[in-house]
Amino acid sequence: MSQDKPKEPRLINPRPRTLIDRPSHFCPGCHHGLIHRLVAEAIDYFGIRERSIGVASVGCSVFLYDFMDTDVLEAPHGRAAAAATGMRRAQPDKVVYTYQGDGDLAAIGTSEIIHAANRGETITVVFVNNTNYGMTGGQMAPTTLLGQKTTTTPYGRDFKRDGYPIRMTELLATLEGVAFAARGAVNKPANLRRTRELIRRAFEVQLKGIGLGFVEVLSACPTDWGLKPLDAIKRVEEELIPYYPLGIFKDKKEADHL
Amino acid sequence: MAEAAIRAGCRFYFGYPITPQNEVAEYMSEHMPEAGGTFIQAESEIASIYMVLGASVTGARAMTSSSSPGISLKQEGISFLAGQELPAVILNVMRGGPGLGNIAGCQGDYFQATRGGGHGDYKTIVLAPGSVQELVDLTGVAFELADKYRNPVMILADGLIGQMREPVVLPEPVKHLPEKDWALRGAKGRPSRFSRSLILNVRRMEEHNWKLQRKFREIEANEIRFEQYLLEDAKLVVVAFGSAARVAKGAVKRLRKEGLKVGLFRPITLWPFPHKKIRELANECSEFLVYELNAGQMLEDVKLALSGSAEVFFYGRPGGVIPTPMDVAKIIGSRYYQRIKRKAK
Ligand SMILES: Cc1ncc(C[n+]2csc(CCOP(=O)(O)OP(=O)(O)O)c2C)c(N)n1
Ligand code: SF4
Repeated sequence: MSQDKPKEPRLINPRPRTLIDRPSHFCPGCHHGLIHRLVAEAIDYFGIRERSIGVASVGCSVFLYDFMDTDVLEAPHGRAAAAATGMRRAQPDKVVYTYQGDGDLAAIGTSEIIHAANRGETITVVFVNNTNYGMTGGQMAPTTLLGQKTTTTPYGRDFKRDGYPIRMTELLATLEGVAFAARGAVNKPANLRRTRELIRRAFEVQLKGIGLGFVEVLSACPTDWGLKPLDAIKRVEEELIPYYPLGIFKDKKEADHL
Repeated sequence: MAEAAIRAGCRFYFGYPITPQNEVAEYMSEHMPEAGGTFIQAESEIASIYMVLGASVTGARAMTSSSSPGISLKQEGISFLAGQELPAVILNVMRGGPGLGNIAGCQGDYFQATRGGGHGDYKTIVLAPGSVQELVDLTGVAFELADKYRNPVMILADGLIGQMREPVVLPEPVKHLPEKDWALRGAKGRPSRFSRSLILNVRRMEEHNWKLQRKFREIEANEIRFEQYLLEDAKLVVVAFGSAARVAKGAVKRLRKEGLKVGLFRPITLWPFPHKKIRELANECSEFLVYELNAGQMLEDVKLALSGSAEVFFYGRPGGVIPTPMDVAKIIGSRYYQRIKRKAK
């Protein structure tokens, strides 16, 4: 029998360089942290940390600058896509990405995202859909599912009063300026791996100048859903994914002007 | 104004159409590309102010322009610019209000401009041109002040100046723009940094507020501008700004010919307001007449400045009515006769 020394443990998946090493302030079971990591991995993958500028939105993700080791602008609620536009035009050789919640992007900031997308701003948009307003205590968002109880839909969302949950990715995919539009989730390893690819591609279309790269990520908010982390993950699978199908809705291979 | 902005090194213009200032955007759309800059017609005033913010945070000189209702929409953004200490120039060509109002010349946005306008404890530097030439000159000043103090600057013009055509002398293009070591341009060879206005810790938020206030006191100490016209021996001082001052000047000229000792004081910076200077004028003269194209807004600042040390009479025309120098001369003249001639008898 050989007396080999036990092998040094090897980290299979070390912390990405772009992700700052500090304790997460998110609630237990929240998916924001995982999604931050995927964005950081994509930035590392392309080696663009030093020329990336992030735009944080108002919501639970507002402290993006505490976690991402890139320059970050904290944009006002809903205005990330407009601020990113100004930035993109002023710094044409930089990489600009926004990170926005569903209240931020699909309610107050709908106009800004639609028009930034329609202009084909070469930016990357990471859209975190947790079907409610996390930071303000779990009110209804435009993405809240029918029947879902929130603090402002105590009897459940009713389409007659509140309208229907909005599918932003499908909507944005119809716009010419959008190069890439996809939806992913991080509720299980297979989905997480796929979402990593999607976010990477959303940066790639920017780097290639094809247009706006958009990734929606279905995200658990156990605190405001009133669920235990594991049940929240289950809800993503059983309730969110059936209404918000995962997949790529658009993937332009080259820019229109090429 | 648009050409002056380009010559002042502004390379980013974001706007949304509204009368009476569309000429600015139209000019920018034609000439910004020649200057290697960017013109975007945004989807709203809200988006355009945040495009300005996004360009400004990278260190670029950026501006937007609009008129009253559009400026109301930009106020949230102006508050963020002030909170995050970002330079920007905002042109407001005021029109009649409230609401949609009309497109005539009006000065109804004085309060909104000089009191901060948006939420929170902040000030916007406010410059009020009295002619097209001065609008051109103050445009360069606006970009300088915005960068110097890292604060939004508003040029408060009105529909009258907006629609006036006058020959102007344009400034030479600026060659050197200030270094901005705070700009976000990617963390190359340095630690990453951020720009924000959210400060949850109340003590730190208070500290930040005091820091802003110290800056505002410094601006008050250094940047007050005004014009004095025939004030040396004046027994009645007319106080007016912008195009109202222009009309008032005509009236003063006319009355002087008739032998009335009247003069004009014209604040050029509406914030910081020349309180001290007005208070000093009261040492020599006890009669003031404030004339505005609104129902009495700068009037409050004049009264504050005088704090009871002189009599203040107000003549105002809100809603876009622009009296002629003759009308204004009549008002000033009759006040003069009532208060000064009669006393002398
Ligand atoms: C103009 C404005 N309106 C409202 C708010 C309050 N507000 C803060 S966060 C938020 C909702 C955030 O929800 P979401 O975008 O879904 O992000 P999450 O917190 O769920 O990650 C709201 C309404 C604000 N900050 N500014
Ligand atoms: S409230 Fe929801 S979205 Fe916000 S940190 Fe907690 S779990 Fe995450």
